Amino acid sequence: MGEFSKESCPSVKNILLLDSEGKRVAVKYFSDDWSTNASKLTFEKSVFTKTLKTNARSEAEVTLFDGYIVVYKFIQDLHFFVVAGDDENELIIANVLQGFSDSVGLLLRGDVEKRTALENLDMILLCIDEIIDGGIILETDANIIAGKVASNAVDGSAPFSEQTISQALATAREHFARSLLK
Amino acid sequence: MPRSLAGDLTDPEMAQPYMKKDDDDDEEIEYSPFFGIEKGAVLQEARAFHDPQLDARRCSQVITKLLYLLNQGETFTKVEATEVFFAVTKLFQSKDAGLRRLVYLMIKELSPSSDEVIIVTSSLMKDMNSKTDMYRANAIRVLCRIIDGTLLTQIERYLKQAIVDKNPVVASAALVSGIHLLQANPEIVKRWSKEVQEAVQSRAALVQFHGLCLLHQIRQNDRLAVSKMVSGLTKGSVRSPLAQCLLIRYTSQVIRESSMNTQNGDRPFFDYLESCLRHKSEMVILEAARKIAEMDVTSRELAPAITVLQLFLTSSKPVLRFAAVRTLNKVAMTRPLAVTNCNVDLESLVSDQNRSIATLAITTLLKTGNESSVDRLMKQITNFMSDIADEFKIVVVEAIRALCLKFPLKYRSMMNFLSNSLREEGSFEYKKAIVDSIVTLISEIPDAKETGLLYLCEFIEDCEFTYLSSQILHLLGNEGPRTSDPSRYIRYIYNRVILENANVRASAVSTLAKFGALVDTLKPRIFVLLRRCLFDTDDEVRDRATLYLQTLDGEVALGNTEKDVNEFLFGSFDVPLANLEASLRTYEPSEEPFDISFVSREVKPQPLQEKKGPGKKQLAGAPSPATVSAVDAYQKMLSSIPEFSGFGRLFKSSESVELTEAETEYSVNVVKHIYKGHIVLQYNCTNTIPEQLLENVIVYVDATDAEEFSEVCSKHLRSLPYDSPGQIFVAFEKPENVPATGKFSNVLKFIVKEVDTSTGEVDEDGVEDEYHIEDLEIVSADYMLRVAVSNFRNAWENMDPESERVDEYGLGVRESLAEAVSAVISILGMQPCEGTEVVPKNARSHTCLLSGVFIGDVKVLVRLSFGLSGPKEVAMKLAVRSDDPEVSDKIHEIVASG
Repeated sequence: MGEFSKESCPSVKNILLLDSEGKRVAVKYFSDDWSTNASKLTFEKSVFTKTLKTNARSEAEVTLFDGYIVVYKFIQDLHFFVVAGDDENELIIANVLQGFSDSVGLLLRGDVEKRTALENLDMILLCIDEIIDGGIILETDANIIAGKVASNAVDGSAPFSEQTISQALATAREHFARSLLK
Repeated sequence: MPRSLAGDLTDPEMAQPYMKKDDDDDEEIEYSPFFGIEKGAVLQEARAFHDPQLDARRCSQVITKLLYLLNQGETFTKVEATEVFFAVTKLFQSKDAGLRRLVYLMIKELSPSSDEVIIVTSSLMKDMNSKTDMYRANAIRVLCRIIDGTLLTQIERYLKQAIVDKNPVVASAALVSGIHLLQANPEIVKRWSKEVQEAVQSRAALVQFHGLCLLHQIRQNDRLAVSKMVSGLTKGSVRSPLAQCLLIRYTSQVIRESSMNTQNGDRPFFDYLESCLRHKSEMVILEAARKIAEMDVTSRELAPAITVLQLFLTSSKPVLRFAAVRTLNKVAMTRPLAVTNCNVDLESLVSDQNRSIATLAITTLLKTGNESSVDRLMKQITNFMSDIADEFKIVVVEAIRALCLKFPLKYRSMMNFLSNSLREEGSFEYKKAIVDSIVTLISEIPDAKETGLLYLCEFIEDCEFTYLSSQILHLLGNEGPRTSDPSRYIRYIYNRVILENANVRASAVSTLAKFGALVDTLKPRIFVLLRRCLFDTDDEVRDRATLYLQTLDGEVALGNTEKDVNEFLFGSFDVPLANLEASLRTYEPSEEPFDISFVSREVKPQPLQEKKGPGKKQLAGAPSPATVSAVDAYQKMLSSIPEFSGFGRLFKSSESVELTEAETEYSVNVVKHIYKGHIVLQYNCTNTIPEQLLENVIVYVDATDAEEFSEVCSKHLRSLPYDSPGQIFVAFEKPENVPATGKFSNVLKFIVKEVDTSTGEVDEDGVEDEYHIEDLEIVSADYMLRVAVSNFRNAWENMDPESERVDEYGLGVRESLAEAVSAVISILGMQPCEGTEVVPKNARSHTCLLSGVFIGDVKVLVRLSFGLSGPKEVAMKLAVRSDDPEVSDKIHEIVASG
């Protein structure tokens, strides 16, 4: 896990997707600030409690906490967080968060809730992988992110280039549904 | 399209636990496809990866489960990880794209060891050259994450190609990997400059962003190259907002560095930053506004940045409001006037739903507010305080303290606010912040003293924190007796003796005694109260009461006058505790009792704490025991040398001063030991030539430029072998307690003998030789101990005003105010108090408080007022008080001659 001087490149410390009780759905850390699973859990718990009472549903919210910028948004029973160092440009981080929550929305076809997210956990993890690489922002456009994830999940039989993204998503979901429930 | 419920699940591990629970209560249990999942079972399932007929769906499902386990914090043992890794590598045989993607993810998660990496290298290299862009991009990212330098040189060619690939995803993957690889393999990545430069010109937004980032990292140590890169790009070929943000960062960096080098203040790229304020993307505007605000710009240049931030304040997006108010808050710290225009918008943010925004708005207002708005502001804050968390409240309290110091006339409403806050529920940290603020206001604003003390008295009537009660009682003891009506505090203090725990009771007894000692009219009544404390259940309380009764009553003789008694009981304890601790540790029980006056009183200067990253804040620790015991060690060492044992107590030992350049044949540094009537120069010599042995090493000191010193004795070094340091001492006599100064020139004289390094044999015959080392000076600062006082104002007032000497000095043109302040501090060699050595940025004037002990054990306090007159012209007013008026004059002489 490399860390970069903020002077040269905006960087993300971690991405968290928690449920309405603060439990992990999917998380990814890109920083050595939290070296153990216990310290990660403590951090998640305090981020969750600090933001719990806020209304981050229509617009993304933000807070400064323990020397970190936390930008977050809640959709149904899912809590999306993107965390960065406190001298980061919060609008860049908000942009990452939007890319994250929107692409999850696309991949889950609007059915953004914990259960569906867990059923499609592979997509969520791939989604995070396509947004941030080792702390560096890879992509923030939700359509592109979802497209990249879905193209990977498509059966070899149907060439992706002939499908629209929404078709691809539909295929992807059905594919995964079958695969998990087989 | 939520998928089916448990009934459809055929996977036994996943379904069964759920089914069981389902029977009793299906409302309670939360559905999860991973319910009851177990590591052991999943690892078993992973054997399916070895199946010759791979079932892609099943394998995807198992990998997802493994990823789930890792994500939940489960760890694999070394053996398990290796097993899984090998199993996963088998999956490269499958053509299923989705599965391949999960395989990539899994390999990254497992971070395989270098001998394992070899197994997948060829598969990944094949994918890297595949026709499918998605494979290529991801294979590059995985491979670059796991390989080392030697493998990297093998694939370097492909990576260079990938950087300029027409597919932006592939190019970005290669560039981002380059950024990571640069840390460990800079020499390889630097060879890609040409390709990276091409990527910067790409039409794809993110390729440009990643390219720019990597190009800057490659060139970051070459200032000229960065400057060239920036000047090329600011002309307008950067499209994506992210890349623009980067360019703004690099531009401001170039501006910062160039303004440091050139004095003309010309800012070649400032126009670019300003143009970014009109960009259509908000993140670019914010980045530019923030960078401009951080710069040392004129108010006129700052204004447009403030204007765009002001617009953000009314945005519907919380993140935007937050970003703007946070930036304005920072600006307000140094340039409050620049932000006053935003006050109306800031006031409406006080009721913002987002408490972080509201708190930042409040604290900004507290910095920009003017005297007339204080009362209104305090009213607003009172409403706001009830529903925020304690940590925000602390921020607000601290801001109020600063505001009150700015507008002392308004202390009433702010003091009132603080005392109301004290009454409400709150954590220890919050209460402590309030008490600290009130204490500061009491010591800074004389009018506020009595009200403040009464508020604190009320607080301790119902205070659950022992620490705070004791602190307040101590303060009452110092301040209360000097108020107009000391008797009003007695009731509060004595209540503590009746109601509180032993710690607080003991503090209260001491406080009572102080009133008794300082206020004659109260003495008899205090004695009555103290006598009651003699029956306390706690021995510390009883002991204190006994001590005070005996001494204040004059039954036990302590010195001659009442003043001596008070000095003994309540005088400041100026021995640093760390030094005392270290001395006590080295004290060996003997006939001679421990003498506290032998403990060094010098505060070791703290090395500046490096700025730590967020979340890793560290408090400046106590002085490290090593440095403290070094002082003790000197004292011990010197007194063990018979020639020096008659010199008395060691007053001070200086830091070592190098007398030779680094990496010369012989390295010599010197430590100056100061005694009342003597100085001892300790030369630490090291011979850095393996082929030489030095014998009869002496330092010939020429003291003709140091008239008041006469050499009394010296101790030479019999031999100085290679790389084993030795000491030479030279002692001088000087008039007692006189801070004599002078210059000493030094020559090292010795006999050189050749050494055969292979056998270690030494040549019999030596040659006499000498070696010139640098001159050494004894300056006035050498006679000054850095001794801190805890309360400068108190200490100042307790000194005889007759001893005060004031004069003004012109310091001429200086680099900055801060530079002038630190220069004067180092000339005097005194301890800065209360953090006053730090000069705020852009300050036009500054007051610095210093304290120290001058030779002859004379306490000295100095108040320095600096001001800028004209461009960079610094003037200084120096006021000195000390136990000895002659020393006050001496301090002026030091400054006048420095």
